[in-house]
Amino acid sequence: MGEGELLFLLKGFKWTVVLAAVSFLCGTVTGLAIALLRTSGYRAVERTTAAYIALFQGTPLLMQLFVVYYALALYGLEIDAWIAVAIGFTLHASAYLGEIWRGSIEAVPRGQVEAAKALSLHYFWRMKDIVLPQALRISLPATIGFLVQLIKGTSLAAFVGFTELTRAGTMVSNQIFKPLLVFGIVGMMYFALCWPLSFFGSRLESKFAAATR
Amino acid sequence: MNYKFDFTPVIDGLPALLLGCLGTLWLALSGMALAIIIGIGGVILRDSRVKLLRWLVIGFVELIRNTPFLVQIYFIFFALPLAGVRLDPTPTAIIALGVNGGAYAIEIIRGGVQSINKGQVEAGLALGLHKLSVFRFIVLKPALRAVFPSLASQFVLLTLTTSIASAVSAYELTSVAKRIESDSFRSFEVYGVVTLMYLVMAWIVMNVLNFISSRYISYPAK
Repeated sequence: MGEGELLFLLKGFKWTVVLAAVSFLCGTVTGLAIALLRTSGYRAVERTTAAYIALFQGTPLLMQLFVVYYALALYGLEIDAWIAVAIGFTLHASAYLGEIWRGSIEAVPRGQVEAAKALSLHYFWRMKDIVLPQALRISLPATIGFLVQLIKGTSLAAFVGFTELTRAGTMVSNQIFKPLLVFGIVGMMYFALCWPLSFFGSRLESKFAAATR
Repeated sequence: MNYKFDFTPVIDGLPALLLGCLGTLWLALSGMALAIIIGIGGVILRDSRVKLLRWLVIGFVELIRNTPFLVQIYFIFFALPLAGVRLDPTPTAIIALGVNGGAYAIEIIRGGVQSINKGQVEAGLALGLHKLSVFRFIVLKPALRAVFPSLASQFVLLTLTTSIASAVSAYELTSVAKRIESDSFRSFEVYGVVTLMYLVMAWIVMNVLNFISSRYISYPAK
C-alpha cells in the first residue's frame, strides 16, 4: 500500500467525520424538537412523535437511507449525494436523540417542574433554565453512545455511492488486492475516532452513577 | 411532483420478498444463537484467572463495539478464506452477526452477572452444589433475567443489522429488494415496502423474545 492509497483513505476519513458531525448537529436540533413535542402533554402530538420514533427504531438504517435518498430523487431535487445522505442520517439521529432526551426530560425530578410552575415560570424559561440543563446532564452518556453509533452508521453511506472511509477502503482494496490490510487500517481509523468517545461516555456514566447513589 | 407510483414490480416480486423475509429471520435467529453463546462464553473468560484471557475479551469487546459492522463483515468475509475456511456468503454473514452481537452480549450479560450478590454464590457452594450448577442456576439465570430488556433490544437491533449482510450478498430481504429494484427501477416503491416489512419483522422478533422470556427466563407468574 503506497502513500497515494493512504491519502485516499484519509480523505475518506475526513468525509466520515464531516458527515457524522453535520448529521449529529442537525440531529441535535431536530431531536430536541422531537423530545419536546414527545413530552408536550398534547396527546395527539405525543402519539405522532412516538410513532415517528418507533418507525426509525424499528427499521434498518440502511433502508432509511435508501428511502430518503430515492424520495428526494422523486421530487426531482438535484442535490449532491452527500447532502441526501446527511438528510437521511439527520432524520435517523432526530428519532434516536429524541427518544434519549425524552427519557432524560422525564427523569428530571417532578418537584423541579412543579416548583417552576409554582413560580409561574413560562414554559420556555422552565425548559431552558430548569428542566433541560438537568436533563442534559442525565442524557450525556447515552448521547455520546449514540454519537458513536452514528459515526459507525455513516459507513452505510457507502451503499448509495458516497465515498466516505468504508467506500474508500473498498475501492483501495479492489485496486491493490489486500483486503485484510486495507480493512484492518480502515477499522483502526474508526476505532481511533470512536474509542475515545466510548471511553469518555462510560467514564461519565460511572461518575454519574456514583453521584446519584 | 408528477411522479406516478407503480407498485406492480413489488406485487409481482412479493413471493420473492417474503422468502427474503424468511432469509432475514434465519440470519437474525442464527446470529442471536451465536451471539448468546459468545456472550456467555465471553463473560466466563472475562472473569477468568488468566490475565491474558481477560485482556483478550476486553480487547475483543472494545474493538467490535467501536468499529462499523460493515467493516467487520468485509474483514471476516476476506479473512475466512485466508484462514482456509470456505463458506457461502450466508454462513459468513451469520458468523459476522454472531461476533458483532456477541461483543454487545458480553457487555450486557456481564452487567447482570455483576448485579448478583456474592453471598448467593457462596451459599450455593456451601450447599454443595457443583460449580457449574452454581453458575447456571444462581449466576446466569438471574443475570439474564435482570438484563433481558437490554438484551432483547440489542437483538432487535441485530435483526435490523442483517440488512447490511447484503454487502456480501448473503440471502436476505435487502439483497432480494436490490435485485427487484435493479430490474424495475422502482426504487422508492420497493424500498418503502421493504422498510415496512422490516418494521413487522422487528415487531415479531420482539414478541418472540418476550415469549421466550416469559416462558423460560421469568419467574413463574404469580
